[in-house]
Amino acid sequence: MMLDTLHFTPWSALAGGALIGVAASVMVMANGRVAGISGLLGSLLSPGDSGRGEKALFILGLLAAPLLWALFQVWPTIEFKSGIVGLIIAGLCVGIGTRYGSGCTSGHGVCGISRLSPRSIVATLSFMFAGFVTVFVLRHLLGF
Amino acid sequence: MKKLTAFLAGLLFGIGLLLAGMANPAKVLGFLDIAGLWDPSLAFVMIGAITVAWVPFHWAMKQSKSLLGAPMQLPVSRELDRRLIGGSLLFGVGWGIAGICPGPALVLLPTGHWQAWVFAIAMLAGMLLFSLLQARR
Repeated sequence: MMLDTLHFTPWSALAGGALIGVAASVMVMANGRVAGISGLLGSLLSPGDSGRGEKALFILGLLAAPLLWALFQVWPTIEFKSGIVGLIIAGLCVGIGTRYGSGCTSGHGVCGISRLSPRSIVATLSFMFAGFVTVFVLRHLLGF
Repeated sequence: MKKLTAFLAGLLFGIGLLLAGMANPAKVLGFLDIAGLWDPSLAFVMIGAITVAWVPFHWAMKQSKSLLGAPMQLPVSRELDRRLIGGSLLFGVGWGIAGICPGPALVLLPTGHWQAWVFAIAMLAGMLLFSLLQARR
């Protein structure tokens, strides 16, 4: 393992993470809900679920964030590494997987681990493991 | 009021993702590539978020109502089943292919990259497919 010192950004990562923590805290303390993006999206796709108004507004806030950012800052670096086929396969896996697994990086990784939920710890270890293996296979075995 | 706090939480969440670099798929893949040049930033995002959210979530676990009087709705299931693990593994595969998870997928939409729209539409299609399969059970 070699450290990528050129791209490693510990301070902005910690600060951005802290903001995410504040956002998740506001959601649970004020609204009594977990700020899990896949769960909120899934709920919005299921007619009849409760609290769809506030869930939609959380999502709207998420969509508004880059617009607010662009008022004060230049765009951060955004670089995609996959072509259209990769993006479609990846999107399908993420959509189906997060719903079957009842959560993603936010719901399990941040909110779930913060309350030491055994399910979330197992889920986070599972998707991290699969992510590491997938990148290893794609980059180092198949040479994508 | 609940709508306002939800909107603000979403806004903060998105700014946090942008600041952390998590809306950059190449950076996320740099974290997942432990055999190559490894960028540990994402681990620091998790540490920052969990450190801040720890006390509020432990407080929330002891409450039946939120500060605004809404019922406290934390997941209650404790079962470590095949769906949880299989679903999470599948999510990890998708995450490893593109370097995008659901939060960044949405934050990337207004930035005008066509890749973000392709990914988000496929992701929503996957979620819809899950809902349809669930409804048939």
